[in-house]
Amino acid sequence: MEHAVPPQYKRAMITELGHFALILAFLVAIVQTVVPLIGAANRWNGWMVFAEPAAITQFILTAFSFGALVWAFMASDFSLRIVVENSHSAKPMLYKISGTWGNHEGSMLLWVLIVTIFGAMAAVFGGGLPPTLKARVLSVQAAIAVAFFAFILFTSNPFDRLPVPPFDGRDLNPLLQDPGLAFHPPFLYLGYVGLSMAFSFAVAALIEGRVDAAWGRWVRPWTLAAWIFLTIGIALGSWWAYYELGWGGFWFWDPVENASFMPWLLAAALLHSAIVVEKREALKSWTILLAIIAFGFSLIGTFIVRSGLLTSVHAFANDPERGVFILFILVIFIGGALTLFAARAQAMEAKGVFGMVSRESALILNNILLAVSCFVVFFGTLWPMVAEMAFDRKLSVGAPFFNAAFTPFMIALGIVLPVGAMLPWKRGRLGRAAWSLRYAFVLAVALAILVWVMQTGRSALGPVGLFLGAWITFGAIVDLWSRTGRKGNLARLFRLPGADWGKAVAHTGLGVTMFAIAGLTAWEVEDIRVAQPGQPFEVGQFTLTLQDVRRVQGPNYFSTMADVIVEKNGRQITTLHPEKRDYPVARMPTTEAAIDYRFLRDLYVVIGDQQADGGWVMRTYIKPLANWIWGGCILMALGGVLSLSDRRFRVAAGARKTPTSGVPAE
Amino acid sequence: MKRLIMILLLIASPVVAVQPDEVLDDPALEARAREISTGLRCLVCRNESIDESNAELARDLRILLRERLVAGDTDQEAVEFIVDRYGEYVLLKPTTTGTNLMLWLAGPIMLLIAAGMGWSFLRKRSQHQQAAHTDALTEEEQERLRQILKD
Repeated sequence: MEHAVPPQYKRAMITELGHFALILAFLVAIVQTVVPLIGAANRWNGWMVFAEPAAITQFILTAFSFGALVWAFMASDFSLRIVVENSHSAKPMLYKISGTWGNHEGSMLLWVLIVTIFGAMAAVFGGGLPPTLKARVLSVQAAIAVAFFAFILFTSNPFDRLPVPPFDGRDLNPLLQDPGLAFHPPFLYLGYVGLSMAFSFAVAALIEGRVDAAWGRWVRPWTLAAWIFLTIGIALGSWWAYYELGWGGFWFWDPVENASFMPWLLAAALLHSAIVVEKREALKSWTILLAIIAFGFSLIGTFIVRSGLLTSVHAFANDPERGVFILFILVIFIGGALTLFAARAQAMEAKGVFGMVSRESALILNNILLAVSCFVVFFGTLWPMVAEMAFDRKLSVGAPFFNAAFTPFMIALGIVLPVGAMLPWKRGRLGRAAWSLRYAFVLAVALAILVWVMQTGRSALGPVGLFLGAWITFGAIVDLWSRTGRKGNLARLFRLPGADWGKAVAHTGLGVTMFAIAGLTAWEVEDIRVAQPGQPFEVGQFTLTLQDVRRVQGPNYFSTMADVIVEKNGRQITTLHPEKRDYPVARMPTTEAAIDYRFLRDLYVVIGDQQADGGWVMRTYIKPLANWIWGGCILMALGGVLSLSDRRFRVAAGARKTPTSGVPAE
Repeated sequence: MKRLIMILLLIASPVVAVQPDEVLDDPALEARAREISTGLRCLVCRNESIDESNAELARDLRILLRERLVAGDTDQEAVEFIVDRYGEYVLLKPTTTGTNLMLWLAGPIMLLIAAGMGWSFLRKRSQHQQAAHTDALTEEEQERLRQILKD
C-alpha cells in the first residue's frame, strides 16, 4: 500500500518541505548573523569562516522554498491561499510562474531569496576581502535576511493553507498578465536588494573602523549591479505602462514609481562617490552615509508600498501588524546604522587633496544634484500624508508638481555633466575643459536651433531636450576621443578600459532618454474620433481605415479585435490590431493598444466602445521618439555592464587575493 | 492586494479618457480644457488626472470644466470653480499658499544647504592642498621662497 501515494499528497509534501526549508533558512540566518560577528571581534578564524558555508546553505534552503512555491503555482495547488487568490488553472504557464511574485507574500519570498543570492555570491566571490570585513559583511547581510524571514513567517506566510481547497482559483489581475510585467518585479528587487550589499559593506566598514581605496573598489561593483538592475526594472515597468494602460503614458510620478526611482537616483549618486573613494580616498564618510540611505530608500520603497502607507493613510491602519513590523525593521536597520555612523564617521579621515575645480568637485556637484532631486521626490511623495496628519489639509501632489520641481535638477545635471566628465583629477581648469568641448556645444546648439525653426511656434521643450541630449552625447564622444591621445589613434579607442566606455555609453543613454522624454512630450499628436468602418481618416501623415471588428477567444479571455489598415503616401505600411479584452474569471476588461514601432516614432492605436451609429471610438497617437526612452535606458544599463566588465575590478580582487591567501589569519 | 486590484479596476475599464462626444468644437478652447484637465485629479482614482482617467466622475468633471470654459470663464476661474466644490484635493499641483510653501521651498532650500556644505568642504580641501602640495607653489609661497633664498 505504501508505494501507491496519490499525487495530491506528493504535491502537499513538496509544499510542506518548502515551508520547512524557509524556517530552516531563518534559523541559519540567525546563526550567520551572530557567529561571524563575534568571530570577527575576537579574531577567531573558525567563527569567521563559518559565514561562508552558512550563506550558501541559507541560499540553497531559500531557493528550495521559493522553488516549492513556484511549483505550487505551476501545478495550481489550490490548497494554498495565495495560489487561489492569484492563479487560475486556465492561465498561461508564464503567468502561472510570474503569479508567484505577483502578490504580497510571494514577492516578499522573492525579495529574501535575492538577499540570500547576493549573500552567497559575496561568500563565493569575495575571496579577496580581508577575513574580518568579509565575516562582518556576511553577518550584516544575514541580519537583513533574518528581518525578512521573520516578516514573511510571522505576518505574510506564502505557505498558508486553506482548510477546504476550492475547485479553481480567482486568477491573476489581467493587467499583470503580461511579459513586460512578469519580469519587472524580479529586476526591481535585484536592484533594491543589490543595494543591501552596499549597506552591508558600509556597516561592516563602520564596525571595522576603516575605509580605504580597496573598500571603494569592492563596493562599486555591487552598487553598479544594483543600479543596472534598477534601471532595467524601472524601464520595464515604464514600457509596460506605455503599451498596456491604453494611452501611452510612461511615467506618472505615482508613489509606487517614486519608491523605485528614489533608490535609483541615490544608487547613481553612490556609484559616482564610490569612484572618489576608490581613486582619491576622499568623500569616505559621505559615501558610507549614502550607502546607508540608499538601502534605506529601498526598504522604504518596498515596504511602504507593500503596506499601502503611501496609497492612503487608512490602508496602513487596516493592516497594522505588517505596518508595525515594517516600521520596526526600518528603525532597527537604518536607525542602527546611522547611530553607528554618528559614532564612527569621525574616524574616516580623508587622504586625497584636490582643488576647487577638479573631477572630485564635479562628482560632488553630481552628488548634490542627485541627492537633492531625490529629496524633492521624497518630500513630494510624503507631503500629502504630512499635510493631512499635521495640518489637516487633504491635498494631492501629482505629476505637474514633480515636473516643475524635479526637472530643473535634471536640466542642471545635463548641462554640467559633459564639463565635469572632462575635468582631470586633483586640479583642473574650467576654461580648458570647456574649450575642448566647443565643437560639441556648437553642434548641440545648432541642432536645437534647427529644430526650433522647423517646429515653428511650439513649446521650447523639444529643442531644449534635443540640446541636452546632443550636448551630453557629443560630450561623451569628445571625452572618449580625448583619451586616445593627441594624434587621435582610433585603434587606441578600442583598447580603452571598460570603465571609460561604460561611462561614455551610460552618459549617452542618459542624454538619449532626456531628449526622448522632451521630444515625446512636446511633439506628440493625438486624434480622438468615432471611426466608421471602411471610412479612411487622416492623422498626421497617416491614413487609417477601420476595416473590421471581430470577436476572438483567447486562452483565458474574450477579445474584441479591430483590423486597422495604415497607409502613408497611398501605400499600405501595416495593419494594426487594437483589442479590448474581457477576462471573465477576474471579471475585468483591459485595452490592448496596437503599436507600430518605428525608429523615429510609434503609431499607437486604441479601440474603444461601439457607438449607437455603428462607429467605434478610436484613439490614435503619433508618439515621436517613444522607443528612444527605453533605448536610452538600455544604453545606461549597457554602460553599467561595460563598466562592470572592466578588468581593473578583477585585477584588483585577484592581486589582493594572492598575498592574503599566503598569510595566516591569526 | 485586493485593494490594488480594486484600484487597477478603476484604471482599466475599456474606454479610456476623453471621449469624442466631449471634445469641444473650438480647438483653442479644447486645448485649454485639455491643459487644465491634466492638472485636476480624478477623485476616485489613484494618482490620475481627469484627462487620463476613464472613471464616470472624471468624465463628469471634464464636461463640467468644458461647460465653464464655454460659458466664458478664464482658466483660473474654471479651476477655482471646481476647487470650491471638490476641495484642494482635486489639484494635482498643490497651491503655493500657507503650509504648502514648505513643499515648494524644500527642494531649493535643501539645494542651498547642500551647495553650502559642498562649498565649504571643497574650500577646506583645497586649502589643505595648498598647505600639502609642494609641486605647485602659490604666489605667497614663491614670495616667501624668494625671501628665504635672499637671506
